[in-house]
Amino acid sequence: MEKFIKIAKKLIRNPTSFAGLIIVLLYVGIAIFAPIIAKPPYPDTPYEMPQMGWSSIPKPPSWQDPFGTTQGQYDIYYGIIWGTRTAFKIGIVVIGLSLIIGLTVGTISAYFGGWVDEILMRITDIFLAFPFLVGVIVVVTVLGPGLSHVMLALIIFYWMGYARLIRGSVLEIKENEYVMAGRALGTPGYRIISRHILPNAIFPIIIQVSMDMATIPLTAAALSFLGLGAPVGYASWGQLVAFSRNWIVSSSGNPLSYWYTITFPSVAIVLYAMGWNLLGDSLRDILDPRMLIGM
Amino acid sequence: MPVTILGLTFLIFFFISFLSPYQLVSAYVSSPRELQAGNVEKIIEKYGLNKPFIFRYGRWLNAIVHGNFGWSLSLNEPVTKVLQQRFPATIELTIYAIVPIIFIGIWLGVTAAAHHNGAIDQILRVLALLGYSVPAFVLGLLLLFVLYGVLGWLPPGRMDQWAQMIYYAKDFHHYTTISTIDALLNGRIFVFLDLLKHLIDPVLTLSFLSWAGLLRITRSSMLESLGQDYIRTARAKGLSEKVVVNKHAKRNALIPAVTVSGLMFIGLLGGVIITETIFNYPGIGSFAAQAAEQFDYAGVLGVAVIFGIVTVVGNLIVDISYAIIDPRVRVE
Repeated sequence: MEKFIKIAKKLIRNPTSFAGLIIVLLYVGIAIFAPIIAKPPYPDTPYEMPQMGWSSIPKPPSWQDPFGTTQGQYDIYYGIIWGTRTAFKIGIVVIGLSLIIGLTVGTISAYFGGWVDEILMRITDIFLAFPFLVGVIVVVTVLGPGLSHVMLALIIFYWMGYARLIRGSVLEIKENEYVMAGRALGTPGYRIISRHILPNAIFPIIIQVSMDMATIPLTAAALSFLGLGAPVGYASWGQLVAFSRNWIVSSSGNPLSYWYTITFPSVAIVLYAMGWNLLGDSLRDILDPRMLIGM
Repeated sequence: MPVTILGLTFLIFFFISFLSPYQLVSAYVSSPRELQAGNVEKIIEKYGLNKPFIFRYGRWLNAIVHGNFGWSLSLNEPVTKVLQQRFPATIELTIYAIVPIIFIGIWLGVTAAAHHNGAIDQILRVLALLGYSVPAFVLGLLLLFVLYGVLGWLPPGRMDQWAQMIYYAKDFHHYTTISTIDALLNGRIFVFLDLLKHLIDPVLTLSFLSWAGLLRITRSSMLESLGQDYIRTARAKGLSEKVVVNKHAKRNALIPAVTVSGLMFIGLLGGVIITETIFNYPGIGSFAAQAAEQFDYAGVLGVAVIFGIVTVVGNLIVDISYAIIDPRVRVE
């Protein structure tokens, strides 16, 4: 616990990590207070973006819709606010479940070693033999589009990184004397793993999770962009960007007439990823084992 | 490695086998005439699509080994033909993207490490973070918006219409199927320039994520090797800082960078799906996206197998080259 307070202090003192922390907290706030900041017109289906009219042509920002409306008159401001919730939902579910699978496979593999390790790692290799996006697309094609299918597909092809990371750190920790001592005393295997090994392997996982909170929702957004994600009208950043694609070249002669359709969603996405990456990057510096010695 | 490739085909087929026999029919036929009404049941019977999993897997594997990937419903062509036509374009794009990444990424990484904690280092760190944070589909669309929508310079697609007329004419020989090289070999310099023009946007989009990664890896391995004893010796000898950095530290620091470049090439292949889709670039990436959107199972299966094999073989090449570059690996 004392360690965590020291880490938190360091995070606040460093300007880059402080910036990251503020951005992340801002998005957390947006996600939590979404029903207040952007009041859903139909409280039962808050993730459905409201349509502000029937014309298909985007409308520029106005008092009523501060970021304008995109194709199909979907309100961009509403889409960004509730899209933040979608992003967090995807990030938390996918990373949480991938972490559980990774923890199980990684610790079993490293702790028992031998043929168990060999088989589990070969299976991991097979899953790693696809570029991530290709694997995800295969699964989504089979299951059909939809947010829960996308999340499942992401989990199926994302747990391997955690499994390898955890296996690596468990192998390293396993050699420590306190683990040997525990074994010599006859402590059962699951207790050694849960009490002595995992708490010491936690820092690399925290760093990875914070980086992945940027990567995973962005991958889901990319799938939405390809038309494989959430259904049309569901509040997600990827969809807003996908809509804007049709308005990049305007017919009216003024090339900038639909600038708002692409600008606001892009800023939301990039800032979100920047926040988590800044945080993860500074955590890596702070939690570097060579620096932890002094703490 | 063969085990991994076998496992990979098994995995793909496992996912696909969740589909009903009717949906799967397309992966087995080689022309649309076979898909006529009443014939579908016969095909299901013929290929045993209602038979047990292992049986179907063996059949499918056999077809693939013989180069039959089925019929693409989205493009109305055999998948094998689509892959043959489009794969060179993807390879071309990837090669044009990887070369600048390697040179710029390594150069920036060395520069950052040489100015450790200085102003340049900090600026590069922020730039790298920006590189990590801008996803390909956002960057691609922004480039398209600015360079095509606003300025009208770089249109999407593979080539302009006039270039197409020349490129697909009878007297144009497709020696290598890599379009830029073919244009040069045919002595069509303006076609070549047009092809290059259409490559700028996709190459920038595809490479933006990766140079940041290479920068960081080179930087940290440079810092590590700059802290070694032999560097102190070199400095103590009175060698200039330039010589110390470029001749002594850089050599060792490049080993991980070279390995990572190989892995990056494989990573780029995943990125082509988004990039090619944004710019309507006719490679296997845009085909994969199109096939997935239109439930073209045979197409998705074919692309997945190709991507998988390229990844596994690529990893092997990286391992081998690692052993060649770093003598310490060979000893073990």
